[in-house]
Amino acid sequence: MKRAFNLTAVLSLAALGLGSCGGTVDGASRASIKNKGSDTLVTVAQAWAEEYSKVAGGTVVTVTGGGSGTGINAMINGTVDIANASRKMKASEFDTARAAGIEPVEHIVGFDALAVYVHKDNPIESITIEQLAGIYGEDGTTTKWSDIGVDMGDNDEIVRVSRQNNSGTYVYFRNTVLGKQGRYKLGSLDLHGSKDVVELVEKTAGAIGYSGLAYANEHVKLVPVSINGNAAVTPSVETAVDGTYPIARPLMMYTNGEPTGAIKEYMDWILSPTGQAIIRAKGYAPITMD
Amino acid sequence: MSSPQSDRLDDRIDAAWIWDRIARAVIFVGGISAIIFVVAIFAFVAKEGLTFIFQKLDLGFFFTSMEWRPAQEPEPEFGGLALIAGTASVTGLAMLIAVPFSLGVAIYIGEFATGKVRETLKILVELLAAIPSVVWGFIGLTILNPLIIDLFNVPVGLTVLNAGIILGLMAAPIMTTIAEDALKAVPDSYREAAEAMGATRWQVIRQVVLPSASKGLVAAILLGVGRGFGETMAVLMASGHAINIPTSPFDSARALTATIAAELGDTARGSDHYKALFSLGILLFLVTFVINLLADVLVRKGASDRS
Repeated sequence: MKRAFNLTAVLSLAALGLGSCGGTVDGASRASIKNKGSDTLVTVAQAWAEEYSKVAGGTVVTVTGGGSGTGINAMINGTVDIANASRKMKASEFDTARAAGIEPVEHIVGFDALAVYVHKDNPIESITIEQLAGIYGEDGTTTKWSDIGVDMGDNDEIVRVSRQNNSGTYVYFRNTVLGKQGRYKLGSLDLHGSKDVVELVEKTAGAIGYSGLAYANEHVKLVPVSINGNAAVTPSVETAVDGTYPIARPLMMYTNGEPTGAIKEYMDWILSPTGQAIIRAKGYAPITMD
Repeated sequence: MSSPQSDRLDDRIDAAWIWDRIARAVIFVGGISAIIFVVAIFAFVAKEGLTFIFQKLDLGFFFTSMEWRPAQEPEPEFGGLALIAGTASVTGLAMLIAVPFSLGVAIYIGEFATGKVRETLKILVELLAAIPSVVWGFIGLTILNPLIIDLFNVPVGLTVLNAGIILGLMAAPIMTTIAEDALKAVPDSYREAAEAMGATRWQVIRQVVLPSASKGLVAAILLGVGRGFGETMAVLMASGHAINIPTSPFDSARALTATIAAELGDTARGSDHYKALFSLGILLFLVTFVINLLADVLVRKGASDRS
């Protein structure tokens, strides 16, 4: 039975012209799945791959990061089977994909609360989306903590920490806080990784930054966020799943067409309770809270 | 080739002759490979960026606007002024630090130090040049950043000052080495003549050696500038990477090189953003080419003036 499955997997892979199939190990065929993309998802994707290699000995999953855009482009170019993304594919990317004969299919594999980080000594109790727009947006006039009623003493100046302009996190934060065509105020410190943002905020008294909840640690403070006059919500796995935290985003995997064979088995396993327990353990929200 | 001796050699086809030919071919390829690489790199960069520069990029906007928004919806904007200002300010500050420092070291090594001290210093300076740039960047990020915050009571330490200090230290070794070569190239007879006239050590250096080596010293500075312009990793880590026209050393800035390094990996090949980054590459290439050419001309001129 197992052997038959592996054979179908290899055949379907070959038919799709996607993955490559390895040689034979102990007489059984071996499938390999290439997975690339979002840095937000990379730790989870690696944990999945590692765990999956134990339960499904025949399939090897290789995971690399590089950013949502990188993964999506690699899928369009046909060099990976699954692209990880912390944002939706853009219309322009869909066009490029179709022109290349690729039909991307989206799978939501979890959720990520995009947390607002400040220095641990910052007395701020909550922040509204409008205040965030005032800090990060081009038309925003908030440059000092005292402008939004926070007493920071000597460190009154707000140090804006942002991301490089093609990260999924950058795009998602813009779309949610500033609007799809919103414009960031230039002059923010544009860092090159989710972890770098948290580390800089940790060391900079007047800093504010946004990054995935999974990167939280005890040296930084998470600010509860409120939207439309509602009560402020603290970012957590629970509030991301029930939708009360206003800047939680779906995490996606894209495949070329509906997955079949080994890729389908893998995607099904990711969405199974076992796979979802792993994403939960890494600090992200599973698709349902069972 | 027409001398009787070489004719005789050419007639002889044996192992030694074959090795001679092979060695000649290998050395020839090695010799011209630098030219091939430079031409090939320029052709590659030009292929990716030139059509974009001429067809799509608004050059007036590029040189006058600081709006670098390559991922903006619905229309990306490619304003390069802040990036140019960032590179220029970081390099400028680095030179303010490195020029006196490296000239001082070069004068000490070349004119004063002797024996063991001199050899040790030379080795140490060269060792400084061997530190990888990512290590320098790390020093900027973890040591200079908190130091600048504490010393100057500023909100953030990833600034032009931080990157300038790091870059100054990185450029100093090459500047010291070239400057020392320039000082060494001044014939001892100049010094002896000046000393014979009763000049003190300092007068000899200031009025005879330095003016005589001036072209080589300027070349050393220019090579340092070129180094500063092209440095990427350390500047990316220490400058704060903020799109901003700095008005003080305590402002963050973003360099052309750092922008390419941070963004190229995540751009779709062939997209406007990708090509715009190559346009930045062309700009960098042209500037460093002119600087290096100028330095080279000056070094040659310095040598021919004396002979």
